[in-house]
Amino acid sequence: MPDEPLVLGIETSCDETGVGVVRGTTLLADAVASSVDEHARFGGVVPEVASRAHLEAMVPTIDRALKEAGVSARDLDGIAVTAGPGLAGALLVGVSAAKAYAYALGKPLYGVNHLASHICVDQLEHGPLPEPTMALLVSGGHSSLLLSSDITSDVRPMGATIDDAAGEAFDKIARVLNLGFPGGPVIDRYAREGDPDAIAFPRGLTGPRDPAYDFSFSGLKTAVARWIEAKRAAGEEVPVRDVSASFQEAVVDVLTRKAVRACKDQGVDHLMIGGGVAANSRLRALAQERCEAAGIRLRVPRPKLCTDNGAMVAALGAEMVARNRAASDWDLSADSSLPVTDPHVPGRGHPHVHDHVHEVSKENLYS
Amino acid sequence: MLLLALDTATPAVTVALHDGTDVIASSSQVDARRHGELLLPAVDRVLAEARLRLDAVTGIVAGIGPGPYTGLRVGLMTADTFGLALGVPVHGVCTLDGLAYAADLEQPFVVATDARRKEVYWARYADSRTRLTDPAVDRPADIAEQVAGLPAVGAGALLYPGTFPKAHEPEHVSAAALASLAAEKLAAGEELPAPRPLYLRRPDAQVPKNYKVVTPK
Ligand SMILES: [Zn+2]
Repeated sequence: MPDEPLVLGIETSCDETGVGVVRGTTLLADAVASSVDEHARFGGVVPEVASRAHLEAMVPTIDRALKEAGVSARDLDGIAVTAGPGLAGALLVGVSAAKAYAYALGKPLYGVNHLASHICVDQLEHGPLPEPTMALLVSGGHSSLLLSSDITSDVRPMGATIDDAAGEAFDKIARVLNLGFPGGPVIDRYAREGDPDAIAFPRGLTGPRDPAYDFSFSGLKTAVARWIEAKRAAGEEVPVRDVSASFQEAVVDVLTRKAVRACKDQGVDHLMIGGGVAANSRLRALAQERCEAAGIRLRVPRPKLCTDNGAMVAALGAEMVARNRAASDWDLSADSSLPVTDPHVPGRGHPHVHDHVHEVSKENLYS
Repeated sequence: MLLLALDTATPAVTVALHDGTDVIASSSQVDARRHGELLLPAVDRVLAEARLRLDAVTGIVAGIGPGPYTGLRVGLMTADTFGLALGVPVHGVCTLDGLAYAADLEQPFVVATDARRKEVYWARYADSRTRLTDPAVDRPADIAEQVAGLPAVGAGALLYPGTFPKAHEPEHVSAAALASLAAEKLAAGEELPAPRPLYLRRPDAQVPKNYKVVTPK
Protein backbone atom coordinates (compact mmCIF):
# COMPACT_ATOMS: atom_id res chain seq x y z
CA MET A 1 0.00 0.00 0.00
CA PRO A 2 1.57 3.27 -1.09
CA ASP A 3 0.17 5.24 1.89
CA GLU A 4 2.02 3.13 4.44
CA PRO A 5 5.00 4.97 5.95
CA LEU A 6 8.30 4.63 4.09
CA VAL A 7 11.08 4.67 6.69
CA LEU A 8 14.86 4.23 6.63
CA GLY A 9 16.41 2.75 9.76
CA ILE A 10 20.01 2.91 10.99
CA GLU A 11 21.52 0.48 13.51
CA THR A 12 25.03 0.77 15.01
CA SER A 13 24.65 -0.50 18.58
CA CYS A 14 27.37 -3.13 18.26
CA ASP A 15 29.50 -4.40 15.38
CA GLU A 16 27.02 -4.33 12.47
CA THR A 17 26.42 -1.18 10.45
CA GLY A 18 22.83 -1.79 9.38
CA VAL A 19 20.63 0.32 7.13
CA GLY A 20 17.16 -0.92 6.23
CA VAL A 21 14.20 0.46 4.35
CA VAL A 22 10.62 -0.63 4.99
CA ARG A 23 7.18 0.45 3.85
CA GLY A 24 4.80 -0.25 6.71
CA THR A 25 5.37 -3.92 7.44
CA THR A 26 7.01 -4.67 4.10
CA LEU A 27 10.78 -5.13 3.90
CA LEU A 28 12.31 -3.25 0.95
CA ALA A 29 16.02 -3.36 1.80
CA ASP A 30 18.34 -4.73 4.48
CA ALA A 31 21.94 -3.63 3.92
CA VAL A 32 24.50 -4.67 6.52
CA ALA A 33 28.26 -4.10 6.74
CA SER A 34 29.86 -6.08 9.53
CA SER A 35 33.19 -5.56 11.26
CA VAL A 36 32.99 -9.02 12.84
CA ASP A 37 36.17 -10.20 11.08
CA GLU A 38 38.15 -7.37 12.65
CA HIS A 39 36.98 -8.47 16.11
CA ALA A 40 37.45 -12.20 15.62
CA ARG A 41 41.10 -12.24 16.65
CA PHE A 42 40.24 -10.52 19.94
CA GLY A 43 37.52 -13.03 20.75
CA GLY A 44 34.96 -10.30 21.21
CA VAL A 45 33.73 -6.96 20.00
CA VAL A 46 36.26 -4.16 20.51
CA PRO A 47 34.19 -0.97 20.87
CA GLU A 48 36.71 1.39 19.27
CA VAL A 49 37.21 -0.93 16.29
CA ALA A 50 33.44 -1.13 15.84
CA SER A 51 33.01 2.65 16.02
CA ARG A 52 35.73 3.27 13.43
CA ALA A 53 34.14 0.73 11.12
CA HIS A 54 30.69 2.33 11.47
CA LEU A 55 32.04 5.72 10.37
CA GLU A 56 33.65 4.17 7.28
CA ALA A 57 30.69 2.02 6.32
CA MET A 58 27.76 4.34 6.95
CA VAL A 59 27.46 6.38 3.74
CA PRO A 60 28.05 3.41 1.38
CA THR A 61 25.56 1.31 3.36
CA ILE A 62 22.85 4.01 3.19
CA ASP A 63 23.48 4.25 -0.56
CA ARG A 64 23.22 0.50 -0.97
CA ALA A 65 19.98 0.28 1.03
CA LEU A 66 18.27 2.99 -1.03
CA LYS A 67 19.34 1.35 -4.30
CA GLU A 68 18.20 -2.07 -3.09
CA ALA A 69 14.83 -0.59 -2.05
CA GLY A 70 14.49 1.30 -5.31
CA VAL A 71 13.31 4.42 -3.55
CA SER A 72 14.55 7.99 -3.43
CA ALA A 73 15.59 9.57 -0.14
CA ARG A 74 13.14 12.39 -0.89
CA ASP A 75 10.20 10.00 -0.63
CA LEU A 76 11.02 8.82 2.90
CA ASP A 77 8.49 9.61 5.63
CA GLY A 78 11.00 9.39 8.43
CA ILE A 79 14.45 8.32 9.59
CA ALA A 80 14.73 5.93 12.53
CA VAL A 81 17.87 5.13 14.47
CA THR A 82 18.87 2.97 17.42
CA ALA A 83 19.28 5.43 20.31
CA GLY A 84 20.20 2.61 22.75
CA PRO A 85 20.96 0.39 24.49
CA GLY A 86 24.37 -0.60 23.11
CA LEU A 87 28.01 0.49 22.96
CA ALA A 88 28.01 4.25 23.59
CA GLY A 89 30.59 5.25 20.99
CA ALA A 90 29.13 2.96 18.34
CA LEU A 91 25.58 4.19 18.93
CA LEU A 92 26.75 7.79 18.61
CA VAL A 93 27.98 7.24 15.04
CA GLY A 94 24.55 6.02 13.94
CA VAL A 95 22.70 8.73 15.84
CA SER A 96 24.93 11.41 14.27
CA ALA A 97 24.29 10.02 10.80
CA ALA A 98 20.54 9.70 11.31
CA LYS A 99 20.19 13.20 12.68
CA ALA A 100 22.19 14.73 9.83
CA TYR A 101 20.26 12.73 7.24
CA ALA A 102 16.84 13.57 8.67
CA TYR A 103 17.76 17.24 9.06
CA ALA A 104 19.19 17.55 5.55
CA LEU A 105 16.16 15.84 4.01
CA GLY A 106 13.64 17.68 6.18
CA LYS A 107 12.21 14.44 7.60
CA PRO A 108 11.17 13.54 11.15
CA LEU A 109 13.69 11.64 13.28
CA TYR A 110 12.81 8.70 15.52
CA GLY A 111 15.33 7.53 18.10
CA VAL A 112 14.17 4.01 18.96
CA ASN A 113 15.02 1.20 21.37
CA HIS A 114 17.21 -1.62 20.08
CA LEU A 115 15.34 -4.34 21.99
CA ALA A 116 11.90 -3.17 20.86
CA SER A 117 13.28 -3.18 17.30
CA HIS A 118 14.33 -6.83 17.68
CA ILE A 119 10.69 -7.63 18.49
CA CYS A 120 9.13 -5.36 15.87
CA VAL A 121 11.19 -6.81 13.01
CA ASP A 122 8.93 -9.85 13.01
CA GLN A 123 6.22 -7.69 11.42
CA LEU A 124 8.30 -7.80 8.23
CA GLU A 125 8.12 -11.59 8.27
CA HIS A 126 4.76 -12.53 9.74
CA GLY A 127 2.66 -9.36 9.55
CA PRO A 128 1.40 -7.15 12.40
CA LEU A 129 2.49 -8.25 15.87
CA PRO A 130 -0.23 -9.88 17.91
CA GLU A 131 -1.04 -7.79 20.97
CA PRO A 132 0.14 -8.88 23.42
CA THR A 133 3.26 -10.73 22.31
CA MET A 134 5.83 -12.43 24.54
CA ALA A 135 9.35 -12.02 23.18
CA LEU A 136 12.48 -13.98 23.96
CA LEU A 137 15.52 -11.99 22.83
CA VAL A 138 18.76 -13.94 22.81
CA SER A 139 22.09 -12.84 21.37
CA GLY A 140 25.65 -12.07 22.38
CA GLY A 141 24.29 -8.99 24.12
CA HIS A 142 20.82 -9.90 25.26
CA SER A 143 18.92 -12.63 27.03
CA SER A 144 15.60 -11.20 28.01
CA LEU A 145 12.00 -12.10 28.20
CA LEU A 146 9.77 -9.14 27.33
CA LEU A 147 6.04 -8.66 27.16
CA SER A 148 4.58 -6.06 24.83
CA SER A 149 0.99 -5.00 24.28
CA ASP A 150 1.97 -2.14 21.94
CA ILE A 151 5.50 -2.13 20.58
CA THR A 152 5.53 1.69 20.28
CA SER A 153 4.51 2.38 23.86
CA ASP A 154 4.43 -0.63 26.15
CA VAL A 155 7.30 -3.06 26.56
CA ARG A 156 7.80 -4.57 29.99
CA PRO A 157 10.68 -6.73 31.21
CA MET A 158 9.64 -10.12 32.58
CA GLY A 159 13.11 -11.59 33.04
CA ALA A 160 16.72 -11.24 31.97
CA THR A 161 20.09 -12.86 32.43
CA ILE A 162 21.69 -12.20 35.78
CA ASP A 163 25.21 -12.75 34.38
CA ASP A 164 26.24 -13.71 30.82
CA ALA A 165 24.10 -13.36 27.72
CA ALA A 166 23.23 -16.63 25.99
CA GLY A 167 25.30 -15.79 22.89
CA GLU A 168 28.22 -14.87 25.10
CA ALA A 169 28.18 -18.37 26.58
CA PHE A 170 28.32 -19.82 23.05
CA ASP A 171 31.30 -17.58 22.24
CA LYS A 172 33.16 -18.55 25.40
CA ILE A 173 32.63 -22.28 25.00
CA ALA A 174 33.68 -22.05 21.34
CA ARG A 175 36.86 -20.35 22.53
CA VAL A 176 37.56 -23.11 25.07
CA LEU A 177 37.04 -25.66 22.27
CA ASN A 178 39.30 -23.61 19.95
CA LEU A 179 36.50 -23.18 17.42
CA GLY A 180 36.92 -19.42 16.87
CA PHE A 181 34.57 -16.45 17.10
CA PRO A 182 31.61 -16.05 16.87
CA GLY A 183 30.75 -19.31 18.60
CA GLY A 184 27.04 -19.70 17.87
CA PRO A 185 27.04 -21.01 14.28
CA VAL A 186 29.99 -23.36 14.73
CA ILE A 187 28.65 -24.95 17.92
CA ASP A 188 25.27 -25.37 16.21
CA ARG A 189 27.05 -27.18 13.36
CA TYR A 190 29.04 -29.58 15.57
CA ALA A 191 26.02 -30.17 17.80
CA ARG A 192 24.04 -31.61 14.90
CA GLU A 193 26.41 -34.59 14.89
CA GLY A 194 26.58 -34.90 18.66
CA ASP A 195 24.45 -36.41 21.41
CA PRO A 196 22.62 -33.76 23.49
CA ASP A 197 22.26 -36.23 26.36
CA ALA A 198 25.90 -37.34 26.37
CA ILE A 199 26.88 -35.05 29.26
CA ALA A 200 24.49 -33.73 31.92
CA PHE A 201 25.39 -30.04 32.15
CA PRO A 202 23.56 -27.89 34.73
CA ARG A 203 20.40 -25.90 33.96
CA GLY A 204 20.85 -22.49 35.60
CA LEU A 205 18.16 -20.89 37.77
CA THR A 206 15.69 -23.73 37.39
CA GLY A 207 15.26 -24.60 41.05
CA PRO A 208 11.86 -24.18 42.73
CA ARG A 209 13.00 -21.05 44.60
CA ASP A 210 14.79 -19.44 41.63
CA PRO A 211 13.25 -16.48 39.82
CA ALA A 212 10.92 -17.96 37.22
CA TYR A 213 11.89 -15.84 34.22
CA ASP A 214 15.53 -14.88 34.85
CA PHE A 215 18.47 -16.66 33.26
CA SER A 216 21.99 -17.52 34.31
CA PHE A 217 24.62 -19.00 32.00
CA SER A 218 27.76 -18.33 33.98
CA GLY A 219 27.57 -21.55 36.02
CA LEU A 220 26.95 -23.60 32.88
CA LYS A 221 29.89 -21.97 31.16
CA THR A 222 32.18 -22.82 34.07
CA ALA A 223 30.89 -26.39 34.26
CA VAL A 224 31.51 -26.99 30.55
CA ALA A 225 34.98 -25.45 30.69
CA ARG A 226 35.90 -27.58 33.74
CA TRP A 227 34.64 -30.73 32.02
CA ILE A 228 36.75 -30.00 28.95
CA GLU A 229 39.83 -29.19 31.01
CA ALA A 230 39.45 -32.41 33.01
CA LYS A 231 39.38 -34.42 29.77
CA ARG A 232 42.50 -32.64 28.52
CA ALA A 233 44.27 -33.09 31.86
CA ALA A 234 43.54 -36.83 31.67
CA GLY A 235 45.10 -36.89 28.22
CA GLU A 236 41.80 -37.89 26.63
CA GLU A 237 40.39 -36.50 23.42
CA VAL A 238 37.60 -33.95 23.89
CA PRO A 239 34.42 -35.12 22.12
CA VAL A 240 33.70 -31.75 20.49
CA ARG A 241 30.41 -32.85 18.94
CA ASP A 242 28.94 -34.26 22.16
CA VAL A 243 30.17 -31.32 24.24
CA SER A 244 28.63 -28.90 21.72
CA ALA A 245 25.32 -30.75 21.62
CA SER A 246 25.07 -31.17 25.41
CA PHE A 247 26.03 -27.56 26.12
CA GLN A 248 23.65 -26.23 23.49
CA GLU A 249 20.85 -28.39 24.86
CA ALA A 250 21.38 -26.98 28.35
CA VAL A 251 21.06 -23.43 27.00
CA VAL A 252 18.03 -23.89 24.77
CA ASP A 253 16.24 -26.14 27.27
CA VAL A 254 16.23 -23.35 29.86
CA LEU A 255 15.41 -20.62 27.33
CA THR A 256 12.40 -22.37 25.85
CA ARG A 257 11.14 -23.77 29.15
CA LYS A 258 11.07 -20.30 30.75
CA ALA A 259 9.62 -18.58 27.68
CA VAL A 260 6.75 -21.05 27.40
CA ARG A 261 6.11 -20.85 31.12
CA ALA A 262 5.93 -17.04 30.94
CA CYS A 263 3.38 -17.28 28.11
CA LYS A 264 1.23 -19.69 30.10
CA ASP A 265 1.47 -17.68 33.35
CA GLN A 266 0.55 -14.44 31.61
CA GLY A 267 -2.11 -15.86 29.34
CA VAL A 268 -0.24 -14.92 26.17
CA ASP A 269 -0.65 -17.17 23.15
CA HIS A 270 2.11 -15.76 20.90
CA LEU A 271 5.85 -16.11 21.43
CA MET A 272 8.41 -14.42 19.21
CA ILE A 273 12.11 -15.22 19.37
CA GLY A 274 14.69 -12.72 18.13
CA GLY A 275 18.38 -11.89 18.44
CA GLY A 276 21.34 -13.67 16.90
CA VAL A 277 20.89 -16.88 18.91
CA ALA A 278 17.42 -17.25 17.33
CA ALA A 279 19.34 -18.53 14.30
CA ASN A 280 20.28 -21.60 16.35
CA SER A 281 18.60 -24.61 14.76
CA ARG A 282 18.08 -26.51 18.01
CA LEU A 283 16.52 -23.47 19.72
CA ARG A 284 14.05 -23.15 16.86
CA ALA A 285 13.18 -26.85 16.87
CA LEU A 286 12.72 -27.15 20.63
CA ALA A 287 10.74 -23.91 20.84
CA GLN A 288 8.46 -25.16 18.07
CA GLU A 289 7.93 -28.47 19.84
CA ARG A 290 7.17 -26.92 23.23
CA CYS A 291 4.97 -24.14 21.84
CA GLU A 292 2.91 -26.65 19.91
CA ALA A 293 2.44 -28.74 23.03
CA ALA A 294 1.29 -25.65 24.94
CA GLY A 295 -0.98 -24.24 22.22
CA ILE A 296 1.25 -21.21 21.64
CA ARG A 297 1.92 -19.72 18.18
CA LEU A 298 5.66 -19.34 17.64
CA ARG A 299 7.01 -16.54 15.43
CA VAL A 300 10.71 -16.51 14.57
CA PRO A 301 11.96 -14.25 11.77
CA ARG A 302 14.51 -15.55 9.28
CA PRO A 303 18.08 -15.55 10.70
CA LYS A 304 19.20 -12.43 8.83
CA LEU A 305 16.43 -10.42 10.49
CA CYS A 306 17.25 -11.88 13.92
CA THR A 307 20.79 -10.57 14.05
CA ASP A 308 21.33 -6.81 14.39
CA ASN A 309 20.21 -4.99 11.24
CA GLY A 310 18.74 -1.71 10.05
CA ALA A 311 15.47 -3.20 8.84
CA MET A 312 14.35 -3.87 12.41
CA VAL A 313 14.96 -0.22 13.28
CA ALA A 314 13.05 0.88 10.18
CA ALA A 315 10.21 -1.51 11.10
CA LEU A 316 9.82 0.10 14.52
CA GLY A 317 10.21 3.58 13.01
CA ALA A 318 7.41 2.85 10.54
CA GLU A 319 5.21 1.75 13.42
CA MET A 320 6.03 5.01 15.25
CA VAL A 321 4.92 6.97 12.17
CA ALA A 322 1.81 4.82 11.67
CA ARG A 323 0.74 5.32 15.29
CA ASN A 324 1.53 9.04 15.31
CA ARG A 325 4.21 8.87 17.97
CA ALA A 326 6.17 12.06 18.63
CA ALA A 327 9.40 12.48 16.69
CA SER A 328 12.72 12.95 18.53
CA ASP A 329 14.42 16.31 18.96
CA TRP A 330 17.58 17.40 17.10
CA ASP A 331 19.57 17.11 20.32
CA LEU A 332 18.78 13.37 20.53
CA SER A 333 21.77 11.62 22.04
CA ALA A 334 22.87 8.02 22.25
CA ASP A 335 21.90 6.35 25.54
CA SER A 336 23.97 3.22 26.12
CA SER A 337 21.60 2.09 28.88
CA LEU A 338 18.26 3.20 27.43
CA PRO A 339 15.66 1.29 29.49
CA VAL A 340 13.75 -1.41 27.66
CA THR A 341 10.57 0.27 28.88
CA ASP A 342 11.26 3.24 26.55
CA PRO A 343 10.46 2.00 23.02
CA HIS A 344 11.51 5.38 21.65
CA VAL A 345 12.88 8.76 22.72
CA PRO A 346 10.16 11.33 22.01
CA GLY A 347 11.03 15.00 21.78
CA ARG A 348 10.33 17.15 24.80
CA GLY A 349 8.25 19.63 22.81
CA HIS A 350 5.50 17.09 22.34
CA PRO A 351 3.94 15.36 25.32
CA HIS A 352 4.31 11.60 25.13
CA VAL A 353 1.11 10.17 23.67
CA HIS A 354 -0.45 7.72 26.10
CA ASP A 355 -3.20 5.77 24.47
CA HIS A 356 -3.07 2.54 26.33
CA VAL A 357 -5.83 0.86 24.42
CA HIS A 358 -4.30 -2.37 25.60
CA GLU A 359 -3.87 -1.33 29.18
CA VAL A 360 -2.95 -4.59 30.80
CA SER A 361 -3.01 -5.86 34.31
CA LYS A 362 -0.06 -7.98 35.28
CA GLU A 363 -2.20 -11.04 35.85
CA ASN A 364 -4.42 -11.57 32.87
CA LEU A 365 -3.99 -9.94 29.52
CA TYR A 366 -7.16 -11.19 27.98
CA SER A 367 -9.81 -10.38 30.55
CA MET B 1 30.05 29.61 -2.61
CA LEU B 2 28.42 28.76 0.70
CA LEU B 3 30.47 26.59 3.02
CA LEU B 4 29.18 24.97 6.20
CA ALA B 5 32.15 24.25 8.46
CA LEU B 6 32.09 22.19 11.63
CA ASP B 7 34.62 20.75 14.06
CA THR B 8 34.13 18.41 17.02
CA ALA B 9 37.69 17.10 17.37
CA THR B 10 38.33 19.01 20.60
CA PRO B 11 36.09 20.02 23.53
CA ALA B 12 34.69 22.78 21.27
CA VAL B 13 31.54 22.11 19.26
CA THR B 14 31.88 24.74 16.58
CA VAL B 15 29.90 25.55 13.42
CA ALA B 16 30.19 28.38 10.88
CA LEU B 17 28.81 29.50 7.53
CA HIS B 18 31.12 31.17 5.01
CA ASP B 19 29.89 32.76 1.80
CA GLY B 20 33.28 32.76 0.05
CA THR B 21 34.13 36.23 1.29
CA ASP B 22 33.20 36.29 4.93
CA VAL B 23 31.95 34.24 7.84
CA ILE B 24 28.25 35.08 7.95
CA ALA B 25 27.24 33.16 11.07
CA SER B 26 28.95 31.01 13.67
CA SER B 27 28.48 29.20 16.96
CA SER B 28 31.00 27.77 19.43
CA GLN B 29 30.30 25.89 22.64
CA VAL B 30 32.90 24.21 24.82
CA ASP B 31 31.57 21.00 26.37
CA ALA B 32 33.67 17.87 25.97
CA ARG B 33 30.87 15.49 26.88
CA ARG B 34 27.92 16.52 24.74
CA HIS B 35 29.16 16.74 21.15
CA GLY B 36 26.43 14.41 19.96
CA GLU B 37 23.68 16.52 21.48
CA LEU B 38 25.03 19.98 20.68
CA LEU B 39 26.15 19.76 17.07
CA LEU B 40 22.89 19.58 15.12
CA PRO B 41 21.06 22.27 17.12
CA ALA B 42 24.14 24.46 16.53
CA VAL B 43 23.91 23.88 12.77
CA ASP B 44 20.22 24.74 12.93
CA ARG B 45 20.94 27.94 14.89
CA VAL B 46 23.69 29.10 12.55
CA LEU B 47 21.48 28.57 9.49
CA ALA B 48 18.59 30.40 11.18
CA GLU B 49 20.89 33.30 12.03
CA ALA B 50 21.92 33.56 8.39
CA ARG B 51 18.30 33.05 7.28
CA LEU B 52 19.37 30.18 5.05
CA ARG B 53 18.37 26.57 4.61
CA LEU B 54 20.85 23.74 4.61
CA ASP B 55 20.19 23.00 0.92
CA ALA B 56 21.72 26.37 0.01
CA VAL B 57 25.12 25.04 1.09
CA THR B 58 27.57 24.23 -1.74
CA GLY B 59 30.23 22.43 0.32
CA ILE B 60 30.90 21.03 3.78
CA VAL B 61 34.18 21.58 5.64
CA ALA B 62 34.93 19.19 8.50
CA GLY B 63 37.73 19.25 11.04
CA ILE B 64 39.46 15.86 10.75
CA GLY B 65 41.32 16.07 14.03
CA PRO B 66 43.51 14.80 15.48
CA GLY B 67 41.24 14.53 18.50
CA PRO B 68 39.64 12.15 20.97
CA TYR B 69 37.78 9.70 18.77
CA THR B 70 34.22 9.69 20.00
CA GLY B 71 33.73 13.43 19.63
CA LEU B 72 35.71 13.58 16.40
CA ARG B 73 33.41 11.03 14.77
CA VAL B 74 30.28 13.07 15.58
CA GLY B 75 31.45 15.88 13.32
CA LEU B 76 32.81 13.66 10.56
CA MET B 77 29.70 11.46 10.45
CA THR B 78 27.49 14.54 10.36
CA ALA B 79 29.57 16.10 7.57
CA ASP B 80 29.63 12.87 5.53
CA THR B 81 25.88 12.43 5.80
CA PHE B 82 25.16 16.07 4.90
CA GLY B 83 27.35 15.54 1.85
CA LEU B 84 25.38 12.44 0.89
CA ALA B 85 21.96 14.02 1.40
CA LEU B 86 22.78 17.30 -0.32
CA GLY B 87 25.05 15.91 -3.03
CA VAL B 88 27.80 18.40 -2.23
CA PRO B 89 31.53 17.82 -1.64
CA VAL B 90 32.88 17.30 1.88
CA HIS B 91 36.35 18.75 2.51
CA GLY B 92 38.64 17.76 5.35
CA VAL B 93 40.81 20.28 7.17
CA CYS B 94 43.29 19.39 9.90
CA THR B 95 41.95 20.80 13.17
CA LEU B 96 45.42 21.99 14.17
CA ASP B 97 45.58 23.99 10.90
CA GLY B 98 42.38 25.77 11.91
CA LEU B 99 43.93 26.78 15.22
CA ALA B 100 47.12 27.87 13.44
CA TYR B 101 45.11 30.02 11.02
CA ALA B 102 43.26 31.68 13.90
CA ALA B 103 46.58 32.36 15.68
CA ASP B 104 47.44 34.76 12.85
CA LEU B 105 51.22 34.58 13.33
CA GLU B 106 53.93 35.31 10.76
CA GLN B 107 56.66 33.52 12.71
CA PRO B 108 57.40 29.87 13.66
CA PHE B 109 55.15 28.50 16.39
CA VAL B 110 53.51 25.34 17.72
CA VAL B 111 49.88 24.25 17.93
CA ALA B 112 48.98 21.75 20.65
CA THR B 113 45.59 20.39 21.70
CA ASP B 114 44.73 18.16 24.64
CA ALA B 115 45.00 14.48 23.71
CA ARG B 116 44.08 13.37 27.28
CA ARG B 117 46.11 10.58 28.93
CA LYS B 118 48.72 13.29 29.69
CA GLU B 119 49.54 13.71 25.99
CA VAL B 120 49.08 16.43 23.39
CA TYR B 121 48.28 16.41 19.69
CA TRP B 122 50.69 18.85 18.13
CA ALA B 123 52.46 20.17 15.01
CA ARG B 124 54.99 22.90 14.18
CA TYR B 125 54.23 25.77 11.81
CA ALA B 126 56.44 28.24 9.89
CA ASP B 127 53.55 30.71 9.93
CA SER B 128 49.75 30.59 10.23
CA ARG B 129 49.30 28.97 6.82
CA THR B 130 52.32 26.68 6.64
CA ARG B 131 52.56 23.46 8.65
CA LEU B 132 56.09 22.00 8.93
CA THR B 133 55.40 18.62 10.59
CA ASP B 134 52.73 15.93 10.46
CA PRO B 135 50.33 16.02 13.39
CA ALA B 136 51.63 13.77 16.17
CA VAL B 137 50.65 12.65 19.66
CA ASP B 138 53.24 12.79 22.42
CA ARG B 139 53.89 13.45 26.08
CA PRO B 140 54.75 17.14 26.52
CA ALA B 141 58.05 16.35 28.27
CA ASP B 142 59.16 14.20 25.31
CA ILE B 143 58.85 17.07 22.79
CA ALA B 144 60.22 19.84 24.99
CA GLU B 145 63.37 20.16 22.88
CA GLN B 146 61.47 20.29 19.58
CA VAL B 147 59.23 23.14 20.75
CA ALA B 148 61.76 25.02 22.91
CA GLY B 149 61.58 28.78 22.59
CA LEU B 150 58.56 28.75 20.27
CA PRO B 151 55.28 30.49 20.95
CA ALA B 152 52.40 28.02 21.19
CA VAL B 153 48.62 28.11 20.91
CA GLY B 154 45.81 25.72 21.82
CA ALA B 155 44.45 24.11 24.98
CA GLY B 156 47.25 21.52 24.97
CA ALA B 157 49.88 24.24 25.12
CA LEU B 158 48.04 26.17 27.83
CA LEU B 159 47.67 22.98 29.86
CA TYR B 160 51.43 22.28 30.03
CA PRO B 161 53.24 25.58 30.71
CA GLY B 162 56.37 23.61 31.66
CA THR B 163 56.79 22.54 28.04
CA PHE B 164 55.07 25.56 26.46
CA PRO B 165 56.06 28.61 28.56
CA LYS B 166 55.07 30.96 25.72
CA ALA B 167 51.54 29.53 25.30
CA HIS B 168 48.74 31.94 24.52
CA GLU B 169 45.30 32.24 22.86
CA PRO B 170 43.47 30.99 20.90
CA GLU B 171 42.68 28.13 23.24
CA HIS B 172 39.98 26.45 21.13
CA VAL B 173 39.53 25.87 17.42
CA SER B 174 36.72 27.77 15.71
CA ALA B 175 34.77 26.61 12.67
CA ALA B 176 34.95 30.23 11.51
CA ALA B 177 38.73 29.90 11.15
CA LEU B 178 38.37 26.48 9.57
CA ALA B 179 35.88 27.85 7.02
CA SER B 180 38.04 30.88 6.21
CA LEU B 181 41.09 28.69 5.69
CA ALA B 182 39.14 26.28 3.48
CA ALA B 183 37.58 29.13 1.46
CA GLU B 184 41.05 30.62 0.90
CA LYS B 185 42.48 27.27 -0.24
CA LEU B 186 39.54 26.43 -2.48
CA ALA B 187 39.67 29.90 -4.07
CA ALA B 188 43.36 29.28 -4.78
CA GLY B 189 42.42 26.05 -6.56
CA GLU B 190 43.94 23.86 -3.88
CA GLU B 191 42.59 20.34 -3.28
CA LEU B 192 41.51 19.65 0.27
CA PRO B 193 41.92 16.16 1.71
CA ALA B 194 39.03 13.71 2.09
CA PRO B 195 37.30 13.96 5.45
CA ARG B 196 39.05 10.95 6.99
CA PRO B 197 39.72 11.03 10.74
CA LEU B 198 43.25 11.54 12.06
CA TYR B 199 43.18 9.15 14.99
CA LEU B 200 46.99 8.89 15.41
CA ARG B 201 46.51 6.14 17.96
CA ARG B 202 45.64 2.53 17.37
CA PRO B 203 42.39 1.43 18.97
CA ASP B 204 42.66 -0.03 22.46
CA ALA B 205 42.13 -3.63 21.50
CA GLN B 206 40.67 -4.47 24.86
CA VAL B 207 37.55 -6.58 24.83
CA PRO B 208 35.69 -5.23 27.83
CA LYS B 209 34.37 -7.69 30.37
CA ASN B 210 30.82 -8.64 29.41
CA TYR B 211 31.60 -7.12 26.07
CA LYS B 212 28.26 -7.36 24.34
CA VAL B 213 26.01 -7.11 27.34
CA VAL B 214 23.59 -4.28 26.72
CA THR B 215 20.52 -5.70 28.40
CA PRO B 216 19.44 -3.30 31.13
CA LYS B 217 19.41 -4.75 34.63
ZN1 LIG C 1 20.74 -6.88 19.23
